[in-house]
Amino acid sequence: MIQVENLRKAFGEVRAVDGVSFTARDGEITGLLGPNGAGKTTTLRMLYTLMRPDDGRVLVDGLDASVDPLAVRKRLGVLPDARGLYKNLTARENIDYFARLQAIAPEEATRRREVLVDVLEMRDFADRRAQGFSQGQRVKTAIARALIHDPRNVLLDEPTNGLDVMATRRMRQFMRDLRGEGRCVLFSSHIMQEVAQLCDRIVVIAKGRVVADESPEALREQTGEPNLEEAFVKIIGSGEGLAA
Amino acid sequence: MNSSMVIFLKEVRENLRDRRTVINALLFGPLIGPLIFVMILNVVISRQLSQAEGPIGLPVIGASHAPNLIAALRQMGLDPQPPVADPIAAVRNHDVAAVLRIPAGFGKSWGEGDPAQVEIYYDSSRRDTQGTVTRLRDMVTRYSRLTGAMRLVARGLSSALVSPVIVDERDQSTPQSRAGALFAILPYFFVLTVFIGGMYLAIDLTAGERERQSLEPLFINPVAPWRILLGKIGAICVFSVASLLICVAAFTIAGRFIPTEKLGMDLGLGPIFAVKVLVLMLPLVLLIAVLETLVAAFSKSYREAQTYLGLLMLVPVLPTILLSVMPLKTVEWMYAVPILSQQVGITELLLGGSVTASQFGLCLICGFAVAAILLVITARVYGSERLAISV
Repeated sequence: MIQVENLRKAFGEVRAVDGVSFTARDGEITGLLGPNGAGKTTTLRMLYTLMRPDDGRVLVDGLDASVDPLAVRKRLGVLPDARGLYKNLTARENIDYFARLQAIAPEEATRRREVLVDVLEMRDFADRRAQGFSQGQRVKTAIARALIHDPRNVLLDEPTNGLDVMATRRMRQFMRDLRGEGRCVLFSSHIMQEVAQLCDRIVVIAKGRVVADESPEALREQTGEPNLEEAFVKIIGSGEGLAA
Repeated sequence: MNSSMVIFLKEVRENLRDRRTVINALLFGPLIGPLIFVMILNVVISRQLSQAEGPIGLPVIGASHAPNLIAALRQMGLDPQPPVADPIAAVRNHDVAAVLRIPAGFGKSWGEGDPAQVEIYYDSSRRDTQGTVTRLRDMVTRYSRLTGAMRLVARGLSSALVSPVIVDERDQSTPQSRAGALFAILPYFFVLTVFIGGMYLAIDLTAGERERQSLEPLFINPVAPWRILLGKIGAICVFSVASLLICVAAFTIAGRFIPTEKLGMDLGLGPIFAVKVLVLMLPLVLLIAVLETLVAAFSKSYREAQTYLGLLMLVPVLPTILLSVMPLKTVEWMYAVPILSQQVGITELLLGGSVTASQFGLCLICGFAVAAILLVITARVYGSERLAISV
């Protein structure tokens, strides 16, 4: 479970995140929706302790991220916005590197890796060097290495960005599977359909603030708009930066 | 396994697969120095030798005005060449080293007992012809003295009359020390190879990783930033040490192709020299690896890091230039200054001198101390939240 309380982060004059609070529960998919530049990535970066918040706090399974960032990182599996691979290593070697950094026992790491290679359908390119991977292959490898330590909480920053239709469908199914395993799944997106289809809970962020934190049904009811797209536009104030 | 070790092993393995890094770190970096060095030395030494010993061939204008003089100069090693039309132009255009001109009035002055004049055209700003000009001048002077002495004797006077004071020169230079300036450049090659050997890795492991967006995922792992830094510095050091080893080995082999025996000197380029050089260079390996990483961490992109490091590469030349332009007496404190200590220490070893244990100690302690300070600063930069974030 991830609890976020009143997070703030400013870069000079710009208040990128300005008092964001929400909770992402186990066994649920929580969507962080907002237009480009709303503060989604900055919020996630504070969650996975890469950035220190100016104010507020983050609790992961009850652990305070500012007190013990390394313990929090162990409980998180993160697909960040930056998903660069090591081009001179094969997909399997890329995954193994992160397994060693997570200090997983070698046999366990191998077992987990092969499970992920199967689930993510990586068999045909797992032993190829990452140089020349397609966008989809890159994302799969990045997800596999992020989940190698079997984390209870999964953070995905725009996971379907740059994927084709089939890959996007598989990615969505994969996220449902993660939820089925009882994990806490938190992902960010600027694509409304995706969020509407997948999420148990939607946190809408605009200009660094949470403007709604509801289930999709509640969101429709609250705004009085039967159409989710209209509902979002109404909440955010404009449709700018969102994709259907 | 320790996480620094995990990072270290992965970086070494990955970069051994990168052809550009391997070629630069293990081929160009270490071998270019010895190659240039052997070529320059061969040219310089053989030219100096030919100027010092062989007959010097110079154009002589008006040789017919002073046949006796020419015959005497011939005996002293001058090989008169056909005259040139314009001696000034010939010297200015570097066609000849110097021109000897004997004016038409030479015979008349000689006959009347007046000082007879000869002219030497040369360019004192050309260092390469200095030896030749000096030899020519000495020949003429010697001939003049000899004739003067004979004239005095013919008049029943002692030739000592015109030389109340004579100088007896006692030159204390050795072939080694005379060649010193030539070899002052050698320590720079060692520093340079360490610099180049680690440079591509240093850029790639920080600025490169950030540019390829793999630094952020790396930093999300439960590993403290300073451990990541240590692993990366270790990998850089391995490459620069490998580069240094190849370079030192190449110099040891190249030493056989330098005609030092013609200068009557013995370069200390043996295995003992190699080991001592490695020890002197050790602190510099760490220091340069850390410095390169620090610069790369501050740069926004791969290209920017390359530019900064290219400029930084010129810094180690300073002591080399300084010491070859104004050779200072080697004093103890020089061993406390990184880069300068390697410069003076290696030069000393090369020219057959010795470096004492305390000088070794000073070089190692101060070098590692500076490296440690830089390491702490770099660790801070690595801990800052901006480091990992691309864009």
